[in-house]
Amino acid sequence: MAKETGMVSWKDLALGCAIVKPGSSAELKTGDWRSERPETDYEKCIQCGQCYIFCPDMVYTQNELGFYQPNLFYCKGCGICARECPADAISMVEESE
Amino acid sequence: MAKRVGIEVSIAVSEAVKLANVDVVAAYPITPQTHIVEHLAELVADGHLDAEFIPVESEHSAMSTCCGSSAAGARTYTATSSQGQALMLEICYIAPALRLPIVMTVANRSLSGPISIWNDHSDMMMSRDTGWIQTVAENGQEAFDLTLHAFRVAEDSRVLLPVIINLDGFTLTHVIEPIEILDQKEVDRYLPPYQPQMRLDPEDPVSIGPVGMPEVYTEAKKAQDEAIKGSKEVILEAWQEFGDLFGRYYKPVETYRTDGAETLLVTMGSLSETAMTAVDHMRAKGKDVGLVRIRLFRPFPFEEFLAAVEGAKQIAVMDRALCLNGAGGPLAIEVKAALYDEPERPYIWNYVAGLAGRDVTIENFVEMADGVEAAAADGLRGHYTIINVRE
Repeated sequence: MAKETGMVSWKDLALGCAIVKPGSSAELKTGDWRSERPETDYEKCIQCGQCYIFCPDMVYTQNELGFYQPNLFYCKGCGICARECPADAISMVEESE
Repeated sequence: MAKRVGIEVSIAVSEAVKLANVDVVAAYPITPQTHIVEHLAELVADGHLDAEFIPVESEHSAMSTCCGSSAAGARTYTATSSQGQALMLEICYIAPALRLPIVMTVANRSLSGPISIWNDHSDMMMSRDTGWIQTVAENGQEAFDLTLHAFRVAEDSRVLLPVIINLDGFTLTHVIEPIEILDQKEVDRYLPPYQPQMRLDPEDPVSIGPVGMPEVYTEAKKAQDEAIKGSKEVILEAWQEFGDLFGRYYKPVETYRTDGAETLLVTMGSLSETAMTAVDHMRAKGKDVGLVRIRLFRPFPFEEFLAAVEGAKQIAVMDRALCLNGAGGPLAIEVKAALYDEPERPYIWNYVAGLAGRDVTIENFVEMADGVEAAAADGLRGHYTIINVRE
């Protein structure tokens, strides 16, 4: 399986196009068609974890300092985190080429 | 030892399914398939067959259940007909895509409307592009033998595709014929226990049937196309071994008195027996006519078909279904496509006959042979005739 893209030869597909490795979707880069990305102002962030809770793609993880950081490998740019952030710490920034 | 008995063909088919020792039968009764599943239900209820008989609320559920049980690694069987197959058609496309080796008998019956319970091949043609391997039985013995062959082919690790055995409704399903029923030891020698290559197992989880995004769908279909093309080798091998064990050899395309024949009839199913009698009558009168019968409908046996019709000047293709596309019947269209690349092509006329149980007589086959010769002589262009129709 070509990681990040899922682009494989028909000969490399599992029988009946089955997925034989549980959780393998974690290997697929699913955020590359995003048009906006979230950026967190850590001066404003209160570490409440709302972005982590509301993100439908589980993009956010907490770092050792307690801040929530997005993994843009999976982020689709939906903007839910920015809308839900009670401290207005997250803004959506347009992706450039 | 095999025993030759007088038995209704439907009962013989269910005996073959019992001898195949299936694990799951999920079916919904529909005329003229009913006797097959009724008898299987009895065999399970009376303890003669150790299987789950799952009575479902529709054919859509029957095929869905079959997909589930086959994916879990169970040897799985169902049977249907006409409207029932139409209702299950959505899932019929999915079973081969998921490479599930389900075996299904289709008691061929016309599709409504008008509402009809009688025999023709419109249901077979409806499912022609579903991706199932399909064989067509001519008589009761074939229906029995092809059922065992179907399990053997479907479950082969080189194939893993579902198989349909077509048999004409009433004309075959409801007649009593002398049929040699193999015994359990003989069947066990031919049909090993099913060894699933992949199955739903909590200890070793897999996802069967995920979405195919545009990035993967084409590759999935290419893999499926290669699978059904590659199945022919195994189909032939399984017939060869069947013949070696039990003395009845089957081929994808049968020929009858085709040596030196200038005119050939092309048929599928039980009417081929009437056609053989017609060939005998015509041969007795000095007419060079032969019969080509297609037993393997999917994958279409292009190579064997071309070899069977080689040297013929004209071919009358009988279809028992209408395409309603202005070009006649589906089998003739396929036969024409098979011959297109040949530098020397026979002339073809298509006869649509035997719709919804309408009799097709010896005289009708003589009419077809005479008709294609006359049309060829007059140079009429690529058309078809519905025979036995009242003007």
